[in-house]
Amino acid sequence: MTHDILTHERLTRRAFLKGAGSLVVTFTFLPQRSSAADAAAPGKSVATNAVDGFIEIHPDNTVTIYSGKVDLGTGVRTAITQIASEELDMPLTAVSVIQGDTLTTPDQGVTFGSLSIQVGGMQIRQACATARAVLVQRAAERFKVPASVIKTHEGQCWNGSERVPYATLIETEGLILKVDPKALLKAPADYVIVGRSVARLDIPGKVTGRFEYMQDFRLPGMLHARVIRPAGVHAELLSVDDSAARKLPGFVATVREGNFLAVVSRTEWGAIQASQAIRPVWSDWQGLPEQDKLWAYVRNTAVSKSEDLQKVGDPAAVLQQSPKALRATYDFAIHTHGSIGPSCAVAEWKDGKLTCWSASQQTHLLRKQLAQMMKVPDADVRCIYIDGSGCYGRNGHEDAAADAVLIAKVVNQPVRVQWMRADEHGWDPKGPPTLLDFAGAVDETGHIAAWSSQAYIPQRPAQVSVTLLTADLANMPHEDAHPGNVHQALAIGYQVPNLKTTVHSLSHTPFRASWIRAPGRMQNTFGNESFMDELAHAAGGDPVAFRLSHLNDARGRECLERVARLAQWQPRTTPASTEGDVVRGRGVSYIKYELVRTYVAVVADVEVHRKTGKIRVTHFYVAHDCGQIINPDGLKNQLEGNIIQTISRTLLEEIKFDRSHITSLDWKSYPILTFPEVPTIAMDLIDRPNEKPWGAGEPTASVVPSAIGNAVYDALGVRLRSVPFTPQKVMQAMRTTI
Amino acid sequence: MSQTYTLKVNGATHTVTADDPKMPLLYALRNDLALRGPRFGCGLGQCGACTVHLEGVAVRSCSVPISDAAGKSITTLEGLGSPEHLHPIQQAFVDEQAAQCGYCINGMIMQAKALLDHNQHPSEQDIRDALALNLCRCGTHARIIRAVQRAAAALA
Ligand code: FES
Ligand code: FES
Repeated sequence: MTHDILTHERLTRRAFLKGAGSLVVTFTFLPQRSSAADAAAPGKSVATNAVDGFIEIHPDNTVTIYSGKVDLGTGVRTAITQIASEELDMPLTAVSVIQGDTLTTPDQGVTFGSLSIQVGGMQIRQACATARAVLVQRAAERFKVPASVIKTHEGQCWNGSERVPYATLIETEGLILKVDPKALLKAPADYVIVGRSVARLDIPGKVTGRFEYMQDFRLPGMLHARVIRPAGVHAELLSVDDSAARKLPGFVATVREGNFLAVVSRTEWGAIQASQAIRPVWSDWQGLPEQDKLWAYVRNTAVSKSEDLQKVGDPAAVLQQSPKALRATYDFAIHTHGSIGPSCAVAEWKDGKLTCWSASQQTHLLRKQLAQMMKVPDADVRCIYIDGSGCYGRNGHEDAAADAVLIAKVVNQPVRVQWMRADEHGWDPKGPPTLLDFAGAVDETGHIAAWSSQAYIPQRPAQVSVTLLTADLANMPHEDAHPGNVHQALAIGYQVPNLKTTVHSLSHTPFRASWIRAPGRMQNTFGNESFMDELAHAAGGDPVAFRLSHLNDARGRECLERVARLAQWQPRTTPASTEGDVVRGRGVSYIKYELVRTYVAVVADVEVHRKTGKIRVTHFYVAHDCGQIINPDGLKNQLEGNIIQTISRTLLEEIKFDRSHITSLDWKSYPILTFPEVPTIAMDLIDRPNEKPWGAGEPTASVVPSAIGNAVYDALGVRLRSVPFTPQKVMQAMRTTI
Repeated sequence: MSQTYTLKVNGATHTVTADDPKMPLLYALRNDLALRGPRFGCGLGQCGACTVHLEGVAVRSCSVPISDAAGKSITTLEGLGSPEHLHPIQQAFVDEQAAQCGYCINGMIMQAKALLDHNQHPSEQDIRDALALNLCRCGTHARIIRAVQRAAAALA
């Protein structure tokens, strides 16, 4: 695909041209205001129902948007800029975004679940629509004409002959208003910015080394710290000998608080050396399960609560009467986020008040957690977001923040904590192990007669937060870990007369859990869509046709039909021929995300080497319907990323551990997909400009493992029910099937 | 203990003091020279985020002691171009919108530059092989490949 680059001047001429779908539009944007450097706007509202919570129009007629949702490398900043610019009728170049600063941005919730646009962006859109309506009203009064006469364009109101900039209209009265939930939104047919591939604002800085990441942020007088984690997950710190560390130039302090241990130096290298020179003695702790008995361990973990998500008819009775009922167990390994840049944060205490800079996806929540940990009022804590390395969920950013906060308090100077690679792999919270049992039966008409699924997943505390590791180690106040809403997507959207989907919440999981891209949805969908394939084959049906025959949702059907067309799918009912060493197959998978939003259907093409068991995904096809598309190229970027990352998780990734601690501590012991293994990807984006924009990104991730597993079945006639699909597991499955 | 080193970075000469001759070059570039192109990813030579050119060769600055780099010519991402004057490879990454979080992109561009310096007409396979040891977690690979192809065409 080639992109035509449009400058701002050319856009204004070409903006109204139709059919410019694949263009990427580039602008010279306002230098983004660095929230770090910004003086606090005294008294600025941070209410989510106040226009001035989200919008500030400056005297030079530029505007700042305050977004509680942050850009985790997904292009959210650009998309929010587009939404605000469109709804305000402001030039794109006049809009800048401040994200995730607890002092100035409204609390729009954690940046997760592919909800930034669907929820966060829509709050901002409504605030902008409210503002525009009021500006129009004020202009009407000024010009003494009815409001219906006033048009808005490029940050100005005009009555056909005279113009007045927005900035003038707020000079006396400001913009202190409640968001009007009924304020009329612009008609999508009039959009000139939303729906277009506006170039990402951050990319020029990122490709030239000018962009400031969290890891680049520095404060005057700042010290460098490194953490030293326990030798066993719950080992006790018995003693510390830091005599060698103390001799290093620049050494400042050893910080010890319970089982929390860190060293502080004037230089970064000094801190690293000190962390290697220090000699802690830890108690022998061996409380982890044996890795190769993990699934027995999960199955035997006490269930604290069981809950039926769906219950229709009587699947148990039907299954009992079906001589050919199918039963299958699926499992999905423990994964790390694997951010390329390990977590980093800076903290500073001044007059009892704390400021903490981090790449947290949840600065408002982090503020509460830090306040709780340090026993200070929320109001004394300010958390500021600075972009970090991509994080795909709740990784180590918040823990590094808490590390910095505690150390800065002890040494009474600003402190930067940078986790090392082993800290990140070893101690970021993990995607928990997931076990799924299925049973199903098909009737003589080739339809599903009964479906029963049971998921074994960690329980969820009421509070949506994950323990701060620092607080846990240092024995300071903290709450329980939260794995995310991992029950989601176990329920299915297919028409089945006898159906039961059940979640068993386990009282314990081996590692601190958190949400990682498509949490639970990926694991549950792996089971659902693989088992759907098993039933299709049991019924002798083509996997696409079989799905369609159980689906009466028009948008879902269209999505499946379009991916079949895109992939030139040929009906297939038996595994492909198994001649030769390398066999090929293709598999399909589908989801309506959480049964209420984005539709995705994918086809994966694979090659499997029968002598080595190695799988290569060669092509991926995706049809995607998330309603209104804000930025087509940004959407494609997200879908590509979600597919490639999830192929990696499916084929390669598994956290390894011994009885004491994680042993996958670097990229050798936890390999991820590399360039030679990346497939080609074809996409069909279904745009529905008059619908709401739904989340995009992780819905696509959720269908990847099952599509690959189904393709392997198509190639080999062997069903893979355990992620990752390592060569050993493929060979093992071939031996047991044949 | 502390010693002075001369670093020739992006055409300018700097004097840097370090306490340890084994301190990796990366820390001097980032902390003493305030450069943001080379990034800390693993410190183990496994990811490529820290890549710079040393005498025209792509190296992992997390694994090169400052004492080995002293006096040699070093180029970082900043030395290729600026947002106002993008190098053709940087331009190609912008044109293809080849970044998500962008944390790996320094390594991708510096490694691609090393490839294109020696192979003006790389095949897609050449590009994949040249970048095989550079890790990206966001899954931007497909775009990065297209960007390097575009850059090759622009430079040829
Ligand atoms: S930081 Fe140097 S290779 Fe990873
Ligand atoms: S773009 Fe995020 S690691 Fe490559």
